[in-house]
Amino acid sequence: MYETNYHRASSVEEAGKLFTGSEDAKYLGGGQTLIPTMKQRLAAPVDLVDLGGIDDLKGIAEDSGALRIGAGTTHYDVATSDVVKRLIPGLAHLAACIGDPAVRHMGTMGGSIANNDPAADYPSALVALGATVTTSTRELSAEEFFTGMFETALEEDEIVIAVSFPVPEKSAYSKYPNPASRYAMAGVFVAKTKDGSVRVAATGAGQDGVFRIAAMEQALAETWSADAVAGISVDAGDLLSDIHGTAEYRANLVTVMAKRAVAAAG
Amino acid sequence: MTKVAMTLNGKKVTADVEDRTLLVHYIREAQGLTGTHVGCDTSQCGACVVHVNGRAVKSCTMLAAQASNAEVLTVEGLANGAELHPVQAAFREHHGLQCGFCTPGMIMTAVDMIQRHGGNLDEKTIRHELEGNICRCTGYHNIVKAIKAAADQMSALQTAAE
Ligand SMILES: Cc1cc2nc3c(=O)[nH]c(=O)nc-3n(C[C@H](O)[C@H](O)[C@H](O)COP(=O)(O)OP(=O)(O)OC[C@H]3O[C@@H](n4cnc5c(N)ncnc54)[C@H](O)[C@@H]3O)c2cc1C
Ligand code: FES
Ligand code: FES
Repeated sequence: MYETNYHRASSVEEAGKLFTGSEDAKYLGGGQTLIPTMKQRLAAPVDLVDLGGIDDLKGIAEDSGALRIGAGTTHYDVATSDVVKRLIPGLAHLAACIGDPAVRHMGTMGGSIANNDPAADYPSALVALGATVTTSTRELSAEEFFTGMFETALEEDEIVIAVSFPVPEKSAYSKYPNPASRYAMAGVFVAKTKDGSVRVAATGAGQDGVFRIAAMEQALAETWSADAVAGISVDAGDLLSDIHGTAEYRANLVTVMAKRAVAAAG
Repeated sequence: MTKVAMTLNGKKVTADVEDRTLLVHYIREAQGLTGTHVGCDTSQCGACVVHVNGRAVKSCTMLAAQASNAEVLTVEGLANGAELHPVQAAFREHHGLQCGFCTPGMIMTAVDMIQRHGGNLDEKTIRHELEGNICRCTGYHNIVKAIKAAADQMSALQTAAE
């Protein structure tokens, strides 16, 4: 790792000031992506602004029909939260499937979505549940927020404050983890909202990161059953192909994960 | 350089280190406790697992400065004098190690999982909880057995005490 200067911010304002006062800064969330990247010398910020000491970024609350989760909330806290398990069990299950226990104890929702790894789990939940991302300057829908592989709408110094999830009628997530890294080879989040509309989002497989599957959404809006999506496949031409699996293999996984997610949602 | 102070295995310690110092290097080099190992450079093997404020974390994936003023527990802090911690004793009893390189991380992960699940640990849960710890010798069977035995013993002791 190259040299860096560590700063711990105690408020969002202070973090923003420390960031803009530096010629080359990065925010540090749980560090579970940024520190490995710095160790590999693929990132070398002059200044690191740690958001871990900001209490306003932590916490989970039920808020008029929605579940609001602070950006600094760890995967472990989402996975084990009674409120999350009661309102959106699919989201608690997703968090419990991220990485391993030590990663879940440190990694945060804000860090995961700001990074927008095409194989990360949370982006599928945000898109399928129609979540809203609150940042230090504005509010964005999940689909506005995720703009491509490792790309988001965030400005350099913009901080993710919280994510607000409308509580669905039912939802579930099914993931096929890479056996070595535990990241998703394909993960599908399905959600049926209280007004009856359906959203299906896939992660791990797309060349541009998370994407919705309109044909599955239509089929499930008509009949909510695993059989309804069994015959629907996504175009392999838009999918990732790498040493872990071909695009055709991933296309098949997406259909299988979608079936399992619908079955799990009940 | 930053002065980083923390409570390490119950003792207050401090050291001047570069800001980029990883917690594992602070523990091994600044404090001379070499039980915590480094087995990879990709945050995947778990040989470096310690507890920070009661939670298992990979000390190779955290800066020492992030653990400033925290309570840190390493494998050296588990035994009570000459008496091994029940998880350490179970690893010995069930032959849960061969070369021993992964063992400190396995044991710290095991202690954390037993604290979180109490006695409700079945084989499937143990294997899922061990996803962040890699062992290249044992084939895991005896590690899983050791953790199950320690969990059963620790919850029996707790029930007896209540
Ligand atoms: C072994 C291993 C296995 C993993 N497996 C999985 C997996 O299966 N699925 C999965 O989804 N992820 C996985 N991860 C990644 C993990 O979930 C990370 O926690 C996550 O990607 C990043 O979150 P973080 O809080 O650690 O962020 P950091 O690493 O601290 O930061 C990541 C990026 O986000 C920025 N950032 C952080 N917080 C904010 C904020 N509040 N506002 C704006 N920008 C911010 C940082 O500047 C940085 O660019 C794994 C990681 C490891 C090491
Ligand atoms: S040394 Fe920390 S995970 Fe391998
Ligand atoms: S005992 Fe050798 S690596 Fe686990």
